[in-house]
Amino acid sequence: MSETITPGKAALFLGYAKIGLLGFGGVAAWARRVIVEERRWLSERDYAEVLGLGQILPGPNVGNAAVMIGRRFHGLSGALLATAGLYAGPLAILAALSLFYERYGTTPGVAPFMQGVAAAAAGMVIGTALKMGEKLRPPPELLAVGLLAVAGAAVLRLPLPVVVLVLAPLGVWLSLRRAFRAAPR
Amino acid sequence: MSLLLQILLAFATLSLLAIGGANAVLPEMHRLLVEVHGWMDDATFSQLFALAQAAPGPNILAASVMGWHIAGPAGMAAATLGMLAPAAVLAWVMGGLTERLAGARWLKPAQFGLVPVAVGLIAASGVIMAGAAGTGWLSWAIIAASTLFVWRTGFSPLWVLAGGGVLGLLLL
Repeated sequence: MSETITPGKAALFLGYAKIGLLGFGGVAAWARRVIVEERRWLSERDYAEVLGLGQILPGPNVGNAAVMIGRRFHGLSGALLATAGLYAGPLAILAALSLFYERYGTTPGVAPFMQGVAAAAAGMVIGTALKMGEKLRPPPELLAVGLLAVAGAAVLRLPLPVVVLVLAPLGVWLSLRRAFRAAPR
Repeated sequence: MSLLLQILLAFATLSLLAIGGANAVLPEMHRLLVEVHGWMDDATFSQLFALAQAAPGPNILAASVMGWHIAGPAGMAAATLGMLAPAAVLAWVMGGLTERLAGARWLKPAQFGLVPVAVGLIAASGVIMAGAAGTGWLSWAIIAASTLFVWRTGFSPLWVLAGGGVLGLLLL
């Protein structure tokens, strides 16, 4: 695993600003890209673990991860800067879009371009999940939990809180069982 | 109760229910905004949600657009604050908890047990997005190419996003 780099406060804000502004179709793919691959603030595994914690809390997991990562590096100001970076750009764009919608009752005519972007963004999100799964190399029982999450949310369309509240305890139990069987004390 | 306070409270309630992110609370958001408070009709709700999807950023910001529609810029601020603050406070507490427990032997494996749920739900949202975006052979080709590009290479996904947009503009 390559070495990680502790970001300064400005870098933290700017990194999260990039994640927010490029995050078409959700920010999960860009968050991992910027934090793990481009800026190397955290290793693949560290980031995934923070994201996992963010997943069981209410709210967007990337937003929750921003609070925790910001806190880890720079305490309260870090958490605030990461959060502000993540939301400021998109909010400005949304305000502009709202104004436009209010005035004209439609969204700006960029439909075909955005359709193409949406298709690419869908692939980007799937590709990110495949990449994480490949690099994290989960043991078979945890891979099964991941596949159950996909099936529950995307195929059966179960409510997400149900998926999380059933599979999170299962994943934790399986992971702890493996850890303590491998290294009993 | 003033309108802004009502907006703040409505979205703060949603915030605490949003386990799994924005899409988890969509039905409840619809119920609160359309049926309980009557702040907008069905069609407007759908249009505003689509509007939010067209912009970058976390999907949860759909709340901000709804807030704007209800009460202008101040409504946007109230909705955004309501949606973000409770979850962020919980995340702050959780972050502190993990720092305090950092030495515990069970913490890392327990956290790793949550990872498949997080990654699985990323994959699921990608699949759902693909279902919505895949309207013909070209869009499926873009989805497949983008999946492979992001999975197998280290290049910036900006290339496929821009490429997808341009192809869409030319061919869709």
